[in-house]
Amino acid sequence: MPTVKEILNTMDYGPAPEADSPVREWLDHHRDGFRHYIGGDFVASSGGGTFSVANPARGEIHATVAEGTAKDVDEAVKAAAAAFPAWSALPGHVRARYLYAIARHVQKRERFLSVLETLDNGKPIRESRDIDIPLVARHFYYHAGWAELIETDIPDHSPIGVCGQIIPWNFPLLMLAWKIAPALAAGNTVVLKPAEFTPLTALAFAEICSEIGLPPGVVNIVTGDGATGAAIVAHPSVKKIAFTGSTDVGRIIRKATAGSGKKLSLELGGKSPFIVFEDADMDGAVEGVVDAIWFNQGQVCCAGSRLVIQEGISTRFLEKLRRRMATMRVGDPLDKSIDMGAIVDPIQLARIEDLVQQGVAEGGTLWQSDCELPSTGSFYPPSLFVNAEPASTVADVEIFGPVAVAMTFRTPEEAVQLANHTRYGLAASVWTENIDLALDTASQIKAGVLWINSTNLFDAAAGFGGYRESGFGREGGREGLLEYLVPNAERSLLPAHSASTPKLDAAPHLGKSVLSVPDIDRTAKLYIGGKQSRPDGGYSWTVTAPDGTALGEAGLGNRKDIRNAVEAAAKAKGWSGQAGHNRAQVLYFMAENLSARASEFTDRLRSAGHSKEVATSEVETSLRRMFYYAAWADKFDGRVHATRSRHLTVALHEPFGVMGLVCPDEAPLLGMVSMVLPAIAMGNRVVVVPSSTQPLSATDFYQILDTSDVPGGVVNIVTGARTEVSKTLADHDDVDALWYAAPRAEWAAIEAASTGNLKPVWTFEGDRTDWSSNAAAQGARFLRRATQIKTIWVPYGE
Amino acid sequence: MKTSPKKSASSSKPAVDDAPSKISLPALTHAHHTRNAGTALQLDWFETVQVNLSATERRTATLGGRRTVKKTYQAAWLVKALQCIDLTTLAGDDTPGRVHRLAAKARRPIRADIVEALGLSDAPPTVGAVCVYPTMVGPAVKALEGSGIPVASVATGFPTGLTPLDQRLAEIRYAVDMGAGEIDIVINRSQVLRQEWTALYDEICAMREACGPAHLKAILGTGDLRTLRSVYKASMVAMMAGSDFIKTSTGKEDVNATLPVSLTMLRALRDYGDLTGEKVGFKPAGGLKTAKDAMNWLILMKEELGREWLEPNLFRIGASSMLADIERQLEHFVTGRYASASHHALA
Repeated sequence: MPTVKEILNTMDYGPAPEADSPVREWLDHHRDGFRHYIGGDFVASSGGGTFSVANPARGEIHATVAEGTAKDVDEAVKAAAAAFPAWSALPGHVRARYLYAIARHVQKRERFLSVLETLDNGKPIRESRDIDIPLVARHFYYHAGWAELIETDIPDHSPIGVCGQIIPWNFPLLMLAWKIAPALAAGNTVVLKPAEFTPLTALAFAEICSEIGLPPGVVNIVTGDGATGAAIVAHPSVKKIAFTGSTDVGRIIRKATAGSGKKLSLELGGKSPFIVFEDADMDGAVEGVVDAIWFNQGQVCCAGSRLVIQEGISTRFLEKLRRRMATMRVGDPLDKSIDMGAIVDPIQLARIEDLVQQGVAEGGTLWQSDCELPSTGSFYPPSLFVNAEPASTVADVEIFGPVAVAMTFRTPEEAVQLANHTRYGLAASVWTENIDLALDTASQIKAGVLWINSTNLFDAAAGFGGYRESGFGREGGREGLLEYLVPNAERSLLPAHSASTPKLDAAPHLGKSVLSVPDIDRTAKLYIGGKQSRPDGGYSWTVTAPDGTALGEAGLGNRKDIRNAVEAAAKAKGWSGQAGHNRAQVLYFMAENLSARASEFTDRLRSAGHSKEVATSEVETSLRRMFYYAAWADKFDGRVHATRSRHLTVALHEPFGVMGLVCPDEAPLLGMVSMVLPAIAMGNRVVVVPSSTQPLSATDFYQILDTSDVPGGVVNIVTGARTEVSKTLADHDDVDALWYAAPRAEWAAIEAASTGNLKPVWTFEGDRTDWSSNAAAQGARFLRRATQIKTIWVPYGE
Repeated sequence: MKTSPKKSASSSKPAVDDAPSKISLPALTHAHHTRNAGTALQLDWFETVQVNLSATERRTATLGGRRTVKKTYQAAWLVKALQCIDLTTLAGDDTPGRVHRLAAKARRPIRADIVEALGLSDAPPTVGAVCVYPTMVGPAVKALEGSGIPVASVATGFPTGLTPLDQRLAEIRYAVDMGAGEIDIVINRSQVLRQEWTALYDEICAMREACGPAHLKAILGTGDLRTLRSVYKASMVAMMAGSDFIKTSTGKEDVNATLPVSLTMLRALRDYGDLTGEKVGFKPAGGLKTAKDAMNWLILMKEELGREWLEPNLFRIGASSMLADIERQLEHFVTGRYASASHHALA
């Protein structure tokens, strides 16, 4: 230790290690190996296998944990399933008490958990102590509140059942809290697998569950690697999968769960933009960069890793940033004066090093802090590529390390263009003191979380989750809770009936000769971009009544027709930007025009075999449904979340953009209206695949669209063989969301095809839905499925 | 990129090491502070500046969690803080006797046994300066004779600065004539609130001229300015007009030195340095009472401006009660026992 006199000269910080002996004792106590937490007991792997867990800062093994086998997972799911009936039947207040106890105990063990997290993950103690663990406690408090309120505030919903939850290594305990708290509040039971690099805080959490007397089986923790996760995903008794992790694994899970009926929420990768306009608080924004990309060693899914800086200030801004980089301290994460700790594992470190080398090889200019790095353990310095071009690898892929890229823009339009030029859409940070510019930019960026003059702000009351390939579903807020509830309406289905996929016959249909003056032949076409168009393939098929009578011909749409329809829908952006009131007027006008031609539509339905009463009622209900969604068009408000003081936190309902709507064979008019109206009321543009058996109500319907001022491209109709054209919709990367209301047997192929851009797919049994029932076939839940939530944080103060 | 502590340490040793025994020039402790030459008024350097309050607060709120100093390092840092203190009395009941007692404390701010235990007996630390009203400069200079500790005087209609300019300038000349080595002027806040930058600049230039060899420390009265943008702009104008230090507060406003205000001033100071090459000092004053406050501000200085700004030639703390807390902390470091204020000399 240098003398006071020496230090007076150097004015160094000196070491400031956080004591870790209580945690080391705990690790020592478990030196024979940690076990799974199943059914309230700590049990060894059924296969006897274990794996080692390392402290990344010291590069040494500090624990051995059980290797989860498929049998372990099965035991855990059984325990969760056994616990579910009693747990879900508890009064909300009782569940609230348990969640409150967890929150309290997390607080009582806050330093223990912080130190353990830092030992296991390598993140600075400053972050685990000041950010991760307080947010964990906050999450349980917040959801203790929801447990209390669900019965009265979110009526007509019920828990899903056993939830399988798979979490990443970057915020181990926080991600656990984000998963477990809402699940338990809603009355579900869980099987959670922590990441193999960082399972220890989850196991400490299991001890807390035991400590507070949580009923056995409500929370089950199974440790293991990807194979263990796959067993959870595959387990038939798991009704919901919640996953946070890489986009690649998200795709695998989407594929694995295709057709299973499991509810799914995915929180995946990102390459989030950090936009600095010329009128920003530059020094504030520089600190923002530090919090954006050098927080948690850059191992943050929403890290602001792409700096997009207005050209006029970029030199000065980067100069300031470079100076700031020089004061970053990297080292022992238990030291209280450290900004960046260890990368979680040598594998990740090697990946970062490879990508940075590739960036340099591609001509990038790399700046790195020349801070000292410890000689052992996995460390990497704060890094920045300046003058990165969008074409370079480092500007495109998620590095998941402390490496940012910087590029410049000239105009706000270009900033938005660069920001959106990514397959991801998790978060964005916008720096300007001009509120008009800030909000205009926020409204245009395709991302689930927008931070104005800030970055990486989190709160249990605000939803977090992505657009596009950053996944779907939200965590936090009412919206996050709803991911763990099912509307009761979705559980009341008509009895199954054998609906065979109709075969569409393109050959001429033999009929009888007409002796009197024949009716003028009618030609039903596809409807694309506001125009009637012939099917690209040049084929039509004969639509028949149930008794086999030919009713007319419909165009047999193919891949190219879908492509054209999606293009037309993509172009009709204006619709999404219109005021709800304007959209409502168009919807009301549709009802007006349908009403004027009600008898024609009734006749069409009757010709398809419906009784007069049924046909009349279907048209009448369609009219009402139009009014219903016209009414909603200007009322499906977002929310203002109560997060932190002086932080306006607004959740907006934004349309997806282009939606594919695959309508049921049954209720050929009403089924379509029930799907199209909520989607377009919210501002989506849609590509509709109408009833395969009775598409002529849909083709009649485009005349209603034509006369109701529906702009071209907002509703596009492609008739044809459902499973074929739907597959093209499902794998089309410019379709942002898909509803598929057809027999369950068809879901697997559609959901599996959606993995390209990871669009959310809502599959439901349109064949078993009572479309005439308001309870079953209309409601705000349709609007929720037609929108995605963008959370905008606007800290304010002067 | 990394600032080498060794390099900066050798270029600016603690002022006490160089304190000469004669007192003919009260400004001698500034030997290593090249004065700020100032510049013409450049409106485009600051008129469009933006300071975001929430972002500034986030930085200052997290800073205390990002850096900490423990054990021997903490003791050394507290000694450093002490060396940067402008030990101040600015009360209506100040008398020569009161000033004499303060000066005695300034000479020997730490009990000798503690100094010895810290290993500093060969060059016992003293405070940075003693700060008084103009009429107390004479008694203070006399009481500090031979110590090398400069006397700072507030002036220019302290604390509001709203007396006629002639009188304010005369007050400066009086204090300088009485032997003050540093003049803590107050700016005319109405000129900031009304954005009268030329008038503000001209007044401070006149004050700088009136100071002659004495160093000019400009008190911005940030509690009156309210917005951080105004704080930044006033800082810039004060530096352009040749202030050697910029200082937050008189201690008499409703809100005195805060970390967000200090951070904003430091950023202005850094920008000014980038534009001119000049080094300007910083002095937070008012509301800093504890050793913990001292550490927070030292950390802020080191993080934002670097090692060089941890010396009394570029950093002062305007305080009166802080010293007592630092003494108690140092005693605790030396003995391992918690200390009583009554065991230390009164200031």
